[in-house]
Amino acid sequence: MLDFRPDEEQKMLTETIARFARERVRKVYREAEEDGAIPAATARAGWEIGLLPTAVPEAYGGFGDYSVVTGALAMEEFGWGDLAVTFNVMTPNLLAIPLMLCGTEEQKADYLPLFTQEAPPKVTAALTEPVVQFNPYKLKATAVRDGNAYVLNGRKTLVPLADEAETILVYAAENGVTQAFIVPTGVDGLTIDARDKLMGVRALSTNLITLTDVRIPAANKLGGEAGIDFSLILNHSRVALAAAAVGLARAGFEYARDYAKQRVQFGEPIAHRQSIAFMLADMATEIDEARLLVWETAWQLDQGKDVTREAAIMKHQVDRMVMQVADRAVQTLGGYGYIREYPVELWLRNARGFTTFDGLAII
Amino acid sequence: MISFEIPPFIENQMQLIRMVAEQAMRPYSRQLDEHEHERPEAFVAMTWPFTQEMVKRALKPLMAQIEANGNGHNGNGHSGNGSAKPKKEGVDYGMLSFIFMIEQLSWGDAGQYLCLPHPMLGGAAVDSAGTPEQRVRFLSKFTEGAPKWGAMAITEPGAGSDNSAMRTTAVLDPDTNEWVLNGEKIFITNGALALKESDGLCVVWATVDPTAGRAGIKSFVVEGNTPGVSIAKQEHKLGIRASDTVALHFDNARIPFENVLGDQEVRQTESRKGFAGAMKTFDASRPAVAASAIGIARAAMEFTIEKLAEEGITVDYTKPLHELTAVERDVMEMEARYKGAWLLTLRATAQMAHGESNRLEASMCKYRAGDAVTWITQKAVELLGPKGYSREWLAEKWMRDAKINDIYEGTKQINQLIVARSILGYSRRELK
Repeated sequence: MLDFRPDEEQKMLTETIARFARERVRKVYREAEEDGAIPAATARAGWEIGLLPTAVPEAYGGFGDYSVVTGALAMEEFGWGDLAVTFNVMTPNLLAIPLMLCGTEEQKADYLPLFTQEAPPKVTAALTEPVVQFNPYKLKATAVRDGNAYVLNGRKTLVPLADEAETILVYAAENGVTQAFIVPTGVDGLTIDARDKLMGVRALSTNLITLTDVRIPAANKLGGEAGIDFSLILNHSRVALAAAAVGLARAGFEYARDYAKQRVQFGEPIAHRQSIAFMLADMATEIDEARLLVWETAWQLDQGKDVTREAAIMKHQVDRMVMQVADRAVQTLGGYGYIREYPVELWLRNARGFTTFDGLAII
Repeated sequence: MISFEIPPFIENQMQLIRMVAEQAMRPYSRQLDEHEHERPEAFVAMTWPFTQEMVKRALKPLMAQIEANGNGHNGNGHSGNGSAKPKKEGVDYGMLSFIFMIEQLSWGDAGQYLCLPHPMLGGAAVDSAGTPEQRVRFLSKFTEGAPKWGAMAITEPGAGSDNSAMRTTAVLDPDTNEWVLNGEKIFITNGALALKESDGLCVVWATVDPTAGRAGIKSFVVEGNTPGVSIAKQEHKLGIRASDTVALHFDNARIPFENVLGDQEVRQTESRKGFAGAMKTFDASRPAVAASAIGIARAAMEFTIEKLAEEGITVDYTKPLHELTAVERDVMEMEARYKGAWLLTLRATAQMAHGESNRLEASMCKYRAGDAVTWITQKAVELLGPKGYSREWLAEKWMRDAKINDIYEGTKQINQLIVARSILGYSRRELK
């Protein structure tokens, strides 16, 4: 039966993450952005909320409590706090969730127990490539079978926490089809290149990487001979990112709303004017609409449906929404919106990334 | 728990209503659009047996409740504030199924849907402001006999969104214990059907004290064929031409004292508590309008996608936006706006079904759906080119039909204002 109310457990979880976002993340996020580094204690506290250990199946040491809807609720709260911190905390998911969705039994047994430990494992993933028109279904990076091995070649960008990673899930085209390969960072031919210089999420360390004739065992192909259902992984990523976008938009809306109520011009708060108030009404409505699109797509995923079409529609709408809302938040603050003492300019820069962030978060 | 599961009985009902839409609505769409004041007889004949059953089902628990109260049991009683709606226990599936029905009927033809022989807006007003006894008394007539219609009259020439400017008066005649109504109401959907062509009813908002503003406003049930009520004008409209839209003139129209909606307290002339109950009507009627908008949007979208597919144009959802053509992007945009507005509508409906307050969400869904259907149908005509503009197909009619959803049950701007006040915590004085 149609119902739009989170259950008690979900409420407890979102309250926990909201507290983390409010009391930990929001205390450090601006300085982290300016410094280009997230305090280790903040990232660690995010991991300790325990989302991933909860989701990992019991057979591999987790609690087997995995729901995309719950994940979306969590991502919204993380996204409200700060996007760079969100991506940092969620980086282990980039290997764990594809493993859970598409891994062979052996691969799951090898890697999933890593994600139930006290400290986050040093893993990441590489999907995006440094090109103008990126299409995750048509990767330029290649994987060629050679006997009992695969040979990988290509360049990747936006690889989070790559400098510390021990394992990278590298996406590459095998005969034109996107597949994923588990690559240890010590392998010959893999170089971690310069850190990306990005418009936003500057607190997050992401790197360019290059693969030159990197040889890995054929058994490292995710999903074994059959490979992966890439759409399934991408759709999970799109729900996660869209949920984070809703959180970011909500942060912008709330800040603009509160500002408009206390900023006095012409003898009264600017929120008393319809030109401001209607902008805020549109923001609130579009955020709610986007959240419902996210929940519906997440729910369909939980039902085991192929949501490629739904996820594309959701992404289209949410990417535009978050940009619009972040822009209006800056506009509401006028000149102050442009000043880095205020958070809204950061949210505008971060919002622009969602059209590019495919694969940077997965739930 | 968050769920998007549609109950199976609604899925079944949708199939049935789709059949009604295909057989009794679509074949007459063009004819009724070009002959404005003809009635959709096939549609009325086919739906009246169903709507009678729907109203019977809705009244059943009320009748049980009244009986229980009469026997001295502690029923749910009145919630005060002019609204006598019992507190809901469990889920009101009736509301949910009604919203889905409206969507599917409007997919068939929005103008004809408005001619549904059913209490409609009048029923929503009776449900929102009436006591259980009043609801049973007024709505029972929709369970028997010849087809009947319900209507609601708020708007006046000088009182549109500002209903406090209303000038229609209700004066109690102490000699006969009757209310005497005088004034002019305009843009009344089903006004002629409800009051002249059937023994239906029209809920009329009028003031018992023109100096009191909103506080003096109460809602009154005027039944079919009441003397003193006349049709002042039949409107000629941009769209929804199958729908009956009239101006009503009240010239000393007399109705019984008991026809003022609300409990004993609200019924007193000096009481200032009728308005809030009457306004609650919109919490139910706005999601209904949104659902109708969505039905038109879906009709136009499905038709456009079908015709484009015949031309070899389909959207590949695995392609990033930059690899889609402009037309394919437009189709994606149609789907996104349609789905978003529908989900907002379902949320406002689910809140009602779960007995929760939904004023903010009702306004949100109403204005987003009005916006979405206006854009989607205009885009459909554009994408279909000369054939879209031609009266050979229905796309141009849907575009004309769609626009009303941006206007009635509160214009987009009034609903934005309600949303804005709600999110800012502002009064009418703080945000005008």
